[in-house]
Amino acid sequence: MKKREYATVVEQREIAAGIYSMWLQTEQIAEAAVAGQFLSIYSRDESRMLPRPISICELDRKKGSVRIVYRVAGKGTEEFSRMKAGEKLPVLGPLGNGFPLKKKKAILMGGGIGIPPMVQLAKELDGEVQIIAGYRDELFLTEELERYGRLLIATEDGSAGTRGNVLDAVRENGVTGELIYACGPLSMLRAVKEYASRRGMECYLSMEERMACGIGACLACVCRSAETDSHTHVHNKRVCKDGPVFLSTEVEL
Amino acid sequence: MRSTKVTIAGVELKNPVMTASGTFGSGAEYSEFYDLGALGAVVTKGVASVPWPGNPVPRIAETRSGMLNAIGLQNPGIDVFVERDIPYLKQYDTKIIVNVCGKTVEDYCEVVERLSAEPVDLLEINVSCPNVKEGGIAFGQNPKALEGITREVKKYAAQPIIMKLSPNVTDITEMARAAEAGGADVLSLINTLTGMKIDIHRRTFAIANRTGGMSGPAVKPVAVRMVWQTANAVKLPIIGMGGICSADDAMEFILAGASAVAVGTANFANPYAAKEVAEGIEAYMERYQVEDICELVGVVR
Repeated sequence: MKKREYATVVEQREIAAGIYSMWLQTEQIAEAAVAGQFLSIYSRDESRMLPRPISICELDRKKGSVRIVYRVAGKGTEEFSRMKAGEKLPVLGPLGNGFPLKKKKAILMGGGIGIPPMVQLAKELDGEVQIIAGYRDELFLTEELERYGRLLIATEDGSAGTRGNVLDAVRENGVTGELIYACGPLSMLRAVKEYASRRGMECYLSMEERMACGIGACLACVCRSAETDSHTHVHNKRVCKDGPVFLSTEVEL
Repeated sequence: MRSTKVTIAGVELKNPVMTASGTFGSGAEYSEFYDLGALGAVVTKGVASVPWPGNPVPRIAETRSGMLNAIGLQNPGIDVFVERDIPYLKQYDTKIIVNVCGKTVEDYCEVVERLSAEPVDLLEINVSCPNVKEGGIAFGQNPKALEGITREVKKYAAQPIIMKLSPNVTDITEMARAAEAGGADVLSLINTLTGMKIDIHRRTFAIANRTGGMSGPAVKPVAVRMVWQTANAVKLPIIGMGGICSADDAMEFILAGASAVAVGTANFANPYAAKEVAEGIEAYMERYQVEDICELVGVVR
């Protein structure tokens, strides 16, 4: 049986303006989780009924703890950001599938709040790891990313690294690889899918969509799929259950 | 021994708690959290004669103490449903209620007829979904149309028929009487209330369908009022729903006249919600020394 846990906040800090890092002590989640999966985190305020899906940034399986790095986007995430060490909150997870780990020369691309899942992925990958992190302006998680691979940075305002987006950084630095893993805003995923398709590269995209149940029952968070899906036999894969990680050729963006 | 059993149109449920259609799929996802045998019945997500792709995303938005949804009745169609979902649910010691949707009267009748030979206990006819352009609510807001579709569906039905009523009407009792006149065996209410949310940052509708069905605890007082009015207007048994999160909520509906209750949006806030409501009703009976839950149905007149 799956179980909803009460996780304990171990540490919380703001690592960039409006971006928070929280380590949670869990009973079973950390042990079971892999890179690319997400947690459903519930508000303690009953007027906010729906869980917030937040991707896993880092795992410490030995300690049984999970790190999430999230942006304060509304009242729910604002509530999470005020929580202090020792406080408990209900968490369901790990949910969804993760990134398949392949022994190939990999390019990891993260844009904005799509950067955090790249930390655990980079940590778990065995081969050559190149990470391209795209920011608006302020950097975060660069130390962690540098620890597990060669890090290149893109900023929209040009304050660090390449001025532009992750693909601009790829081009400017002549980055090559056999495989792409990407997480970020839809516009970025579209461009990355196109980039991979032109080069015939294997590419995995981590998608985001508004969710209600988080477990595949309510059909709120669908994305258009190339083939008919197994659940409804139409062209709608469930981001929470069939994803959030999809092969780029599986989805139409 | 206290009895939580209720009988609805001749079907005995071990307790009065079921799931609200569309919030629970066909049970598979939630069966990973608890034994579905804890529930009186599982009410499936609506099924049509053919697969429906549903609406564009975003399909949902949170509102204070509730949410809006416009899923658009995405479903795999009756063929896959009969082959996959019914056998799955049959593994559990609970009753099966299949929610039926369609665009035309013929669509509904086709699905109802297909289900007549299947091991399901009750059929719930969705004439109240506010999120599809055809069918759905079009039948649920006009008493003549409601009476007509009820009568047609009854011709093809082997199982008792539950007509699910929309709250988006001026007088719920007029609709309840129309369904009763058409031969309905049971009424369920309320479906969602049509609502809207504007995303002030993107300056557009929060959900792609523009309007969505509002559910959750914010609608509960409206639902309790409508259940009470309906219970006073017709003789049919009622399945009450609308924002039930706890046994206390469920007891309001039962006291107002519902023979059974359904838990919907609360499943999203807590995957164990429906099971906990069932357990909580037993605790309420213990506390007030109630021997039989049926004694309490509609005692508030």
